[in-house]
Order: sequence, then structure tokens, then C-alpha cells
Amino acid sequence: MSTEVKHRRTVLKSLFAVMAMFAFGFAMVPLYDVFCDITGLNGKTGGRYEMADKPMEVDESRQVRVQFTTSNNEEMPWEFRPLVHEMKVHPGEMVKVDFYARNPTNQKMIAQAVPSLSPSRGTDYFHKTECFCFNQQELGPKEDINMPLIFVVDTALPEDVPVLTLSYTLFDQTAMLKGSAKLDTDDSQAAVLAAR
Amino acid sequence: MSAVIDTPKQHHDDHEHHGPAKGIARWLFTTNHKDIGSMYLWFSFAMFLVGGCMALTIRAELFQPGLQLVEPEFFNQMTTMHGLIMVFGAVMPAFVGLANWLIPMMIGAPDMALPRMNNWSFWILPFAFGLLLSTLFMEGGAPNFGWTFYAPLSTTYAPDTVTYFIFGVHMMGVSSIMGAINVIATILNMRAPGMTLMKMPLFVWTWLITAFLLIAVMPVLAGVVTMMLMDVHFGTSFFNAAGGGDPVLFQHIFWFFGHPEVYIMILPAFGVVSQIIPTFSRKPLFGYHSMVYAVASIAILSFIVWAHHMFTVGMPLFGELFFMYATMLIAVPTGVKVFNWIATMFKGSLTFEAPMLFSVAFVILFTIGGFSGLMLAIAPSDFQYHDTYFVVAHFHYVLVPGAIFGIFAAVYYWLPKWCGNMYDEALAKWHFWLSFVGMNLAFFPMHFLGLAGMPRRIPDYALQFADFNSISSVGAFIFGFTQLLFLYLVIKAIKSGEKATDQVWEGAEGLEWTIPSPAPYHTFSTPPEVR
Repeated sequence: MSTEVKHRRTVLKSLFAVMAMFAFGFAMVPLYDVFCDITGLNGKTGGRYEMADKPMEVDESRQVRVQFTTSNNEEMPWEFRPLVHEMKVHPGEMVKVDFYARNPTNQKMIAQAVPSLSPSRGTDYFHKTECFCFNQQELGPKEDINMPLIFVVDTALPEDVPVLTLSYTLFDQTAMLKGSAKLDTDDSQAAVLAAR
Repeated sequence: MSAVIDTPKQHHDDHEHHGPAKGIARWLFTTNHKDIGSMYLWFSFAMFLVGGCMALTIRAELFQPGLQLVEPEFFNQMTTMHGLIMVFGAVMPAFVGLANWLIPMMIGAPDMALPRMNNWSFWILPFAFGLLLSTLFMEGGAPNFGWTFYAPLSTTYAPDTVTYFIFGVHMMGVSSIMGAINVIATILNMRAPGMTLMKMPLFVWTWLITAFLLIAVMPVLAGVVTMMLMDVHFGTSFFNAAGGGDPVLFQHIFWFFGHPEVYIMILPAFGVVSQIIPTFSRKPLFGYHSMVYAVASIAILSFIVWAHHMFTVGMPLFGELFFMYATMLIAVPTGVKVFNWIATMFKGSLTFEAPMLFSVAFVILFTIGGFSGLMLAIAPSDFQYHDTYFVVAHFHYVLVPGAIFGIFAAVYYWLPKWCGNMYDEALAKWHFWLSFVGMNLAFFPMHFLGLAGMPRRIPDYALQFADFNSISSVGAFIFGFTQLLFLYLVIKAIKSGEKATDQVWEGAEGLEWTIPSPAPYHTFSTPPEVR
């Protein structure tokens, strides 16, 4: 085999490896999401929890402290806070809490809340059956709202996790969705976000 | 397209002595591995001085607490540009230059496998760094987000010049990838008859493995800056949490490139030292096979340790443990190498010319850098060291007496072969000792500063850090100005100096010492026989 042919083969193989690694860099984006989903890394909680036919048995023998915190991303001007900051719940018990949001500006705005749970070990045991974070929230000028969250702490939650902290970050989606004709009904992006 | 008959000169005046073309055209159009190697080395030295000036700006500002010389914004630009220029402009091109000069001479090949691509991969570099350096003179200033360019600092909050930075990195990446492909093709296809893989000099081995690392991770770097470009200009949200992205993802992708990158900067230096220590010990290298396997293991392990740079981002316990143990595992092959070098010197007939001085200093000081690396690898204590001057001390100990001393050692060792004249040994010893003292003075106190809690990348600091910082600045200026002596030494050796023999060093072995000094423009046009 002549040197020229050998060089051509080596170069082609190398270029193939270069292309493959470039693609791998981009493949890390979805891989990372999948990985976080599986491991609960980043405190990513699951989407809507479907109750089984039989409701979960309430474990009266212990209580878990559930804390709620909120924050606004960057220059998001909304007022956003939990109405209850901390509560004790029995595993298996279905609980409803409200979060207050108010749009202080003179424009109509759309927001999206993204949840994160700490410690990440708890993410598999915190189930949301109803959450404002599953959808975007639209508020007119000076309008306010109480947004509901209904959740169940799984009875299988490990004994050594006494506290679960649920944190919501509120993102301004107005600019991002401007020009989208179906402003209210287009929840594809919300679905993407909620799945995180 | 065969490399041997590629230069048109050879067709036209076959009967004449093949000299280089005259004037600037020689350098613009050259496909000769020696010319291109020289250009790489000069370019990297120029970048070393530019990046060094930035380092001295940083150290001048930090000489005293308080803000005296530069604005904090400019200080941030200096730390960023210093890192980028030294990593991509000084260390990497210097090793590519050495590869160009030495690999064909060491394996008995007439030139690199793809000489025209070789020319191209060099000439991209001045434009890449021209692009990057031009940002210093633009409105908004140069990149200021640190050489690691973490999102969202480098996306949402970046100055407009970030686009120049991105294209600069793309070009450097293209240049490195082409250089790496060239090295691989040369080593795999152009070895002289009888030169089996396990007979190759260690410098060639380390470069072959480095080239594979480059091919594997430079495309990932290109990918991550492309994502940044899209986030900044095209409305995507790879790293923007508001759009469903994740800034931590940036760190994962960056360090997937970044950790193999640090081995790209050190493995060729391992190779250089493995050539030099046997020569001046007048003994063959101890444990050649284990050296090769150690380098290969380090390269493979480098792909599974990246998250030790990000212990504090909030990883699950399993992740912290995995990356901690995997990182510590790297100490095993590295230890094999260090002990092999020491065993090579053991009971050797040692002399300490400049290349050997730099190599011995390499072994000792790189080991110190390795130990501080082990301290950083311990996840629970990393929370204290993270982003402090301890980290700065650590990576400067592996890069300055590691990569840079390796390059100095290589230049002194092979310079007589390249230019035909010996360098001034007495002055070279001055260069060594001043560099050694200056470098330790500059970087050793940083360990204490970091353990005491001084954060990195700040232009001002609390009063209790003042003494160590002023010592460090004095050392930095000694080290920096000493490098002008190195420039003088190299020019002096090229212009004049005692004629070097073909063998140059008494104990030197290898094909490059069988050809005349200075090395003729074309060597090994007919391959040598290796037994």
C-alpha cells in the first residue's frame, strides 16, 4: 500500500473522529437532561403525578418538613412568594398550598415558574398532582393571583430525609413568546419547561 | 500527494543542493517541517511574552492591596487574556513546533505527512490571535469572563467582543486539529523501516497520544463555543435557564474538553524529559514500556475526571465520590513516570547542563503541582480550596515548571542540532536559576494565600494577604524579565557560538543525532535502517 493511500485513510478516519466528537458535544445537551432526569440531579422534579387507583396510605407515624422558597430570575419584576413558608406533612397525605403572584407593571406579562427540589435524593418521592409550574401564567397590568400546588410526599421517602425544600424560580417569558399567535394555548414550551 | 516529492523545487533543480527559498516567500509558502517548526516556536515565544506582560500587569496591581494601576474591568480582561494566550498561544503552539522539528527526524521521515496542511495550520494562528488580541482595542474591551468562559458570564453578561473570541477559538481549534491529524499520519505511516511502535522515542509516543486527545476534545470545544454563539446571537437557550437551558451544562461540556486539555499541555513535556534525563544520566530510560502504558492510561483516565473541576456545583454524593476516586487514580500512572525518571538517574553518571537542570526541576516541581492536585481532588476539602489562590498555585506549578520548563529544556537540548551552534552554557545556567527562583517565589506563596482564603480573579484583597502578594509579585517580575535573557541566548546561539558536533551530547541516542549539525534542510530523503 503506497504512503499516499495510507495517509488518505488516516486522514479520513481522523476527520470522521473529529466530526463524531463535534456531534458528541451537542449530544451532551439531551444526554445531560436524561441523566438529570434519572438521577434527580439539579433537583429536577418530575412532571404531573398520576394517582394510582387506590390513594396512597397516609403514614401517620412520621412527619416531614416541607419548605417553600421563591426567587425571581434576573429582572423579573413580579411579586412572587409562597403564602405558607413551611409546613409539616404526613407522607401519603395530599396537601394544597398557594403561591401569590402579582404583576406590578403596566403591561401584560407571561411568566413561567421552574421548580427545583433539595436534597436531590428526595426528588423521586415528591409528587405534584397539580402545579402552576405545569403551565405558563399570564397576568394583566397590576393583576394578581393565588396559584395552587397540590402535592403528595411518597411514603417510601427515606427516613433520613426529614426536610424537603422546594424552590421556584420565576422566569419572564413575555419577550420570548412575543409574536407567537397562540399566546394562551401554546403550552408546548411550558410543557418542555415543566418536564424539567 | 506524497510528502517526499511534494516540493516543486525538487523537480526543477534536482541536481542542485536543496536550499530554502529566499526572503519572506520562504516563510509564507514553506512546506518544510523545520521551517514550520521554527515559525511555531517563534510565534509561541512572542505569545509567551504578550501573555507574560499581561501576567505582570496582574502582579503589579496585586503588589499592594487597594486599586492602584488598573480598573477592575481591565484586570478581569488581563486574567482572561493571560490564560487564553498562554494556553492556546504559548504552550500548545510550542509543542506543535517541537513536534514539527523533531518527529520526522526521530522516526527517520523526510517531512511531515501533509506538508501543505502543515503550512496552513500554522498560518491560521496569527490570524486567530490577531482576532483575539484586537478586542483589547475595541469598545467594551476584551473578554473578561475568565479563560474558562463560564456561561452566563460569557453569554448573557459578555461584552460584545465575545464574538471575536468565539471565532478566535474556532480558528485555533481548526489549527490544532489539523496539526494533530498531521502528527498522527506522520507517526503511523512514515516511520523508517524497522522502527516499530515500541521502538519509537518517548517524545514521539507522547505526541501520538496527545494528538489523539486533541482530535477527541478540540471538536467539543468548538461545539461549546458554537452553542455560545447561538445563545448570544441566534436566540437559543443552551445555557440560559430562562429558556429552559442550564448553565451547569456549560461547565460539563467545557471541562469535558478542559481536563484532557491540561494533559495535552503536559504529555509532550513528559516526552521531552524522558529524552533528556537518559542522555545526561548516560543510562537508557528506566521502564520504557511502563512509560508508554502510563501515558496511555493518563490519557484515557483524563476523559472520566472532568467534574472534579466542579465539585461545588451541587453534585450527588455518588458523583463526588466517583470523580474524586477517578482523579486520584491518575496519581498512579503519574507516579510510575516520576519514579521511572528517578530510577533512570539513580546511579547514573550525571552531569547538569541546562537541559538537565530544567528536566530535574521539572520532575521535582511538577511533583509538587501533582500533590496539590491530589489535595484538590479530595472532594470534601475542595470546597475550601475552590476558586482560591490555592488553585492558581496548583495549576501554575504544573504549567510553568511543567510545560514551560519542559519547553525550555527541549530548546536547549535540540538547539545545537537546529542551528549548529552550542548555546552559552554559563548564561543558560543563569537563565535556569533565575527562572527557578523567580517562579518559586511567584507561585509558592500562592498556596498559603489560597489556604488562608484569598479568592482568585480579584484586583484587590484584604490586608492580611499583603506580604505574600508582594513576595509573589517580586518573583513574577524576576521570572518575567529573565525570559528576555532566554531570547538573547537563543539569538546568540543562532548567530555565533561554538560549533556543535553531530552527536552534540555525549550520551544522546536517537536518529536525530545521526544527521549533521545544523540539520540540513532535507533529512532522511532515503529512510535510515533501524535495527
